[in-house]
Amino acid sequence: MKKLSARRRHPLAALVVLLFALAVTGGLYAAFAPADKAQADDTAQSLAIKEGKKLFAVGCASCHGTGGQGTSDGPSLVGVGAAAVDFQVGTGRMPAQQPGAQVPRKRNIYNNAQIDQLAAYVASLGPGPSVPDKAQYSADGADIGKGGELFRTNCAQCHNFTGKGGALTNGKFAPTLEGVDPKHIYEAMQTGPQNMPSFGDGTLSPQNKKDIVAYLGAVNGDKTASPGGMELGGLGPVTEGLFGYIFGLGACVAVAIWVAARTTKAKKS
Amino acid sequence: MSETEENLPSERETPHEGAVGKADNPFADPGLPPHEHRIQDIDERAAKRSERTVAMLFLVSMLATVAFIASYVAIPIDKIVYIFPLGHVSGLNFALGLTLGVALFCIGAGAVHWARTLMSDEEVADERHPIEATPDVKAKVLADFAQGAKESQFGRRKLIRNTMFGALALVPLSGVVLLRDLGPLPEKKLRTTGWKKGVRLVNQSTNLPLRPEDIAVGSLTFAKPEGLEENDEDFANKIAKDALMLVRIQPQNIKDKQELAWSHEGIVAYSKICTHVGCPISLYEQQTHHVLCPCHQSTFDLSDGGRVIFGPAGHALPQLHITVKDGFLEAASEFAEPVGPSFWERG
Repeated sequence: MKKLSARRRHPLAALVVLLFALAVTGGLYAAFAPADKAQADDTAQSLAIKEGKKLFAVGCASCHGTGGQGTSDGPSLVGVGAAAVDFQVGTGRMPAQQPGAQVPRKRNIYNNAQIDQLAAYVASLGPGPSVPDKAQYSADGADIGKGGELFRTNCAQCHNFTGKGGALTNGKFAPTLEGVDPKHIYEAMQTGPQNMPSFGDGTLSPQNKKDIVAYLGAVNGDKTASPGGMELGGLGPVTEGLFGYIFGLGACVAVAIWVAARTTKAKKS
Repeated sequence: MSETEENLPSERETPHEGAVGKADNPFADPGLPPHEHRIQDIDERAAKRSERTVAMLFLVSMLATVAFIASYVAIPIDKIVYIFPLGHVSGLNFALGLTLGVALFCIGAGAVHWARTLMSDEEVADERHPIEATPDVKAKVLADFAQGAKESQFGRRKLIRNTMFGALALVPLSGVVLLRDLGPLPEKKLRTTGWKKGVRLVNQSTNLPLRPEDIAVGSLTFAKPEGLEENDEDFANKIAKDALMLVRIQPQNIKDKQELAWSHEGIVAYSKICTHVGCPISLYEQQTHHVLCPCHQSTFDLSDGGRVIFGPAGHALPQLHITVKDGFLEAASEFAEPVGPSFWERG
């Protein structure tokens, strides 16, 4: 202490004290301060956003802009939510082959983990519907009959009575709902992909949506019975009429030819 | 002079064509071809074979009828079976259709085969009678008519004739009066709907009154007037006029000034009934704001006052003036024009 005390008037003493004080303050801060920022970068969520951002820059940014703000080729993704990404990318619609109103379903090129990362990134751009969990779209506790009624009121005008799809204007069409993942049906109602209007919770309650998904599962499942058989695509009078004209009239013509045909003749020997 | 003569048709034909003409006439009746025999006509074994085939077809028909009755009795009505090209079908439907079809077809096929192979196939011409009556009959009918007219004194007693014309002219009026009973006159039903000032808009799916925040841009909601319930006696007739579709369009994207004035912050309410023949239209494309009618492809632009942009519809889709009171959407007035298809007195 004496040594220290003896040098207290040394010209550099003030500097040493200052450095010491700074080091202590910094050390104490590092030890006790809330360490949010430093740790946050390691959570799964922010890692997913980071990875999603990289995937987005490669696969999506050319149309939707580097920050998802949209360009003349693609709409803004701010506020579309994770559900929209899960639907569009999960069904292979995005990345689209070309911009346009009708983006058909195709083979999905991202795996589930990548889709989740992209969804996490887009969800971070603005609040929007999140990906529904299984309880929301499973058929447990759903009223299939009510679902059919809701489907005919809200969906059948475009998608046909049992979801076989139908034509719209200028070459656009409502796709078939046969073989579509219940999750994707739920997400489509939430987000309104492409030209489909959305059916938010104010329009169709979550229970309504669950009923509709259950109805589609019941009418389009693998084991769904069709008592009459020969649905011919379930599209109604167009295919049925065509079938009737070709095969029904065709059979009548064949029988008429048989009735009136010349019989084989023989020479009397 | 000589040129015009050259252009005239040659006059050679008449003199010496008479003899050749008859043989060369392409329209002469060729008569029936000579009859040829079938195998069955000359070979008794072939005839027997045909007989057996016909009998076999009738027998198959009998068996199919028995099978029809058996499957009607035996197969439960809700039995679902898998049959290859048809999928999961009702076993009863399939069995009944197949057996009845076979039973009927075999009767017909047996009869046709019988006629083709065993019944006589010699063609016989049977000439028609002339349609015209003979001169004697004609003369008698005309004489009878003249005598009857004279004896009835129709031409002489003008009072009888005129009163008879009067009676015959009046009698159909009773039928015209009966037409009145075909139904009450439509009164003003075609011009009015259940919407009037202060009626709340109720979501047809959830049956709850709608608030502006329920309706997002790009969404589609169907609404009915408050107080109209699905089990009401007259529900079907009323919803056929009252059905609304609600969409929200960014106000800067609404081109029609009146549409903007009748909307609430971009929420517009349009009649769901097509103005062509009254189909419910709701094939709404949220990016183009076009609504397509599935019946005859009439297309309306909801961002431009419901204007017809394609198809046979005669006038724009009627818009309902809406407003907000106590946080709920409600009608600000009735429809300004009749909804649905045109009618004579619509103007």
